[in-house]
Amino acid sequence: MNPLLSVRELTVRFGTEDGPVLATDRVSFDVATRELVALVGESGCGKSVTAMALTGLLPRNATVTGRAGFDGRDLLARSERALRAIRGRDIAYVFQEPMTSLNPVLTVGRQVGEVLRRHQRMRGAALRRRATELLELVGIPLPARRLREYPHQLSGGMRQRVMIAMAVACAPKLLVADEPTTALDVTVQAGILDVLRTLRTEIGTAVLLITHDLGVVADLADRVVVMYAGRVIEEADVDDLFARPGHPYTRGLLDAVPNPARHAEGGLREIPGRVPVLASSPDSCTFAERCGRVDGTCRTRAPQLAAGPAGHPVRCWHPLAAPAPAAAGGPA
Amino acid sequence: MSPPTLAVTGLVKHFGPVRAVDGVDLSVAAGEVVGLVGESGSGKSTLGRCVTRLLPVTAGSVWIAGRDIARLSRHAIRPLRRQFNIVFQDPSSSLNPRLAVGEIVAEPLRHHRLGPGAQRRARVVEMLELVGLGGEVVRRYPHELSGGQRQRVSLARALAARPSLLVADEPTSALDVSVQASVLNLVARLQQEMGFACLFITHDLASVEYLAQRVAVMYLGVLVEVAGRAELFAAPRHPYTQALLSAAPIPDPPAQRRRRRVVLAGDVPSPVAPPPGCRFHTRCPVAIDRCAVDVPPLRPVGPAGGLVACHLVGDDGTGPTLNGAAPADRSG
Repeated sequence: MNPLLSVRELTVRFGTEDGPVLATDRVSFDVATRELVALVGESGCGKSVTAMALTGLLPRNATVTGRAGFDGRDLLARSERALRAIRGRDIAYVFQEPMTSLNPVLTVGRQVGEVLRRHQRMRGAALRRRATELLELVGIPLPARRLREYPHQLSGGMRQRVMIAMAVACAPKLLVADEPTTALDVTVQAGILDVLRTLRTEIGTAVLLITHDLGVVADLADRVVVMYAGRVIEEADVDDLFARPGHPYTRGLLDAVPNPARHAEGGLREIPGRVPVLASSPDSCTFAERCGRVDGTCRTRAPQLAAGPAGHPVRCWHPLAAPAPAAAGGPA
Repeated sequence: MSPPTLAVTGLVKHFGPVRAVDGVDLSVAAGEVVGLVGESGSGKSTLGRCVTRLLPVTAGSVWIAGRDIARLSRHAIRPLRRQFNIVFQDPSSSLNPRLAVGEIVAEPLRHHRLGPGAQRRARVVEMLELVGLGGEVVRRYPHELSGGQRQRVSLARALAARPSLLVADEPTSALDVSVQASVLNLVARLQQEMGFACLFITHDLASVEYLAQRVAVMYLGVLVEVAGRAELFAAPRHPYTQALLSAAPIPDPPAQRRRRRVVLAGDVPSPVAPPPGCRFHTRCPVAIDRCAVDVPPLRPVGPAGGLVACHLVGDDGTGPTLNGAAPADRSG
C-alpha cells in the first residue's frame, strides 16, 4: 500500500539563546488514505513541532532535514509559495485555539467563502450554497444565520467547528489537527470528535491528530505513534497499543491516567523526573534516566525502532513482554 | 456528629448582570474530600473564591469553624484565614517570583505569627519534605522549578499553617498526565496524613473519581446533583450528569467504542439571562413542558442519600436514562 503521507527522518533543530535544541530526532511514520493516526506525547516530545514542520509553519530559527512525501511530492523540499498552494487544498490544518486563527473583523461567511473563492474559484450563489453545506457538515445549527455572524458571537465549540469547516472546504486528502479539543469542555469536545469521525466517511479525509489526551486517542484513532523527547518510541494499532504497550514510557503514560479499576492498588503510577531538553541526539535511550528497566546498554547505545514482543515497533532495549491475550470483553 | 468544616448556604455571587453563582448549598465534613465538577461558565471557580473570601459574596453564608465569613469584614477575617487556604491551576502566577521557595512557604506562618523563627524554619523544611521536595529547594526561586514542583510548593504553602479546609481549584489541569498523577497522589496522601477537609474543583471527572468521597455537579450557577462518589459514577441521575459522564472518553479503545454518548444540543446559555425553570432544559434531551417553568429544587432522592435537582427523577431515585438512547445522528 502506498501511504498518503510518508515522513522519513524528520529532524528539526532550533537555534536558541541557550544554544541548539533538538526538537525532533529522525521521526518517521506513515499516514494511509482515510486513516486516522494519533501522534501522542507530553509537552516537549516534539509532536507539535512535527505538525508544524509538515505544514511549513515553523519559525525562522528552525532547521529542518528529512523528507515528507505527500501524494508524490516532498513537502519539506517545497518553496513557501509551492507549499501555500498545497496548504488549504490538499492538506488542511486545525489548531487548538480557534479564536487566534479566525479574523475577528470578517463574518464567518466571508472567511469560509474566501477559502472556496481562492482554491475552488467559486462565486455567487454556488459559493453561498457550498458554505452553508460546510457548516451543516460540521454540525452548526442555523448555518445560513451563522454565516452572517462574527467570530466573537460564536462559542468556543462553534468557532472550532467553523475552523474545521474552512479546513475541509476543499475536501483535503489530509487534515492535521493539533490538539483540536484541548481548550474545549468535554460535552463540546464530544461533538467535535464526532465531526472528525464524519469527515472520513463523508469526504474521505485522512487525519493526523496531535494530542496528549489518551481518552481522545482511544475514541478516535486507528493507529498511534508515541513520541518522547523528539523520538518516535512506539507505533501500533490503537487496540494493540493500549492492550500491549511495549515501551515502559507508553506503559507509564497509560497507568498515569486515573482509572477506577486500579484505584485500589494504591494510587496512580507516577513517572519520576522530567523530559530532557537535548542539544543533539544522544548515544543512549532518551528515557533511560526515568526508566525502571534501565541498564548499562540503555545509557550507552541508542535503541532502534524494532518489532517488540507484541509485534509492533518499539524503541527499547528491554521492551515489556506482551501479556497473554485477554478473553474477549474482559478488562484490558 | 461534629459540624461540617465548611457549610455554604444560599450562596449567590453576581458580577453586575452575570449570575455566576446563583444559590448554592454545599457542605464539606471534617476530613472529607468533595469534588466540585462543572464545565467552563458553571461558576465552580467563583464558588471556590467566595468560599475563601477572595471575592465578596452577594448573598448567602459561608460557615467555616463556627463563623459565617461571608458577613465578616476583611479585617475580621484575617485571624480566621489560618483555617482555610486555596491552591490554583497555574502555580507560576500564584507564587511570587521574587521570593525564594523557603520564604513562600513561610508566608502563612509569618502572617499568622506562628512560632518563633527557628520553629518556622523547621516547619518550612518539614512541609517541603512532606510534599516530596528536598530541603535544598528552600533557596531556589519559582522559575527554577518545573510545573509539578511549583504546584508542590503551592501545596506546602497552603498547608503550612495546618488549615482545616483546602480549596483546590483545578490544581492539575495545566500539568502533563504523568505529572498530574504525582500531584493527585500527593493531594490524596497529604489529605490522609493531615486530615484536612478539601473542596476539589475540577472539570476532570477522572481525577474526582480518584480523590473525592462525594461529588457535586454544577451547571450554570447552580448544583444539579450531589452524591457519593460510587453512586454518582455508577448511577448518575441528573440528565446533565449523565451527559457529562458519557462525553468524557475513557482510555480503553474497545470499551470506548461500546459506550453510548449523549451529545448535547447547543451551547451553555449565558449566565446573564439563564433559562427560566430548570437551567438545563434548553439542552436536555428529555425535558418536558414543566422544566421550562418550574425551578426544580435540589432534593434527596433514593436510598443512598443523593441530592438531585430534576423534575423527572422520582423520590425513589428512578428517572430518565440517557445512556440507553441512540446517539444523535447528524449525518442524515
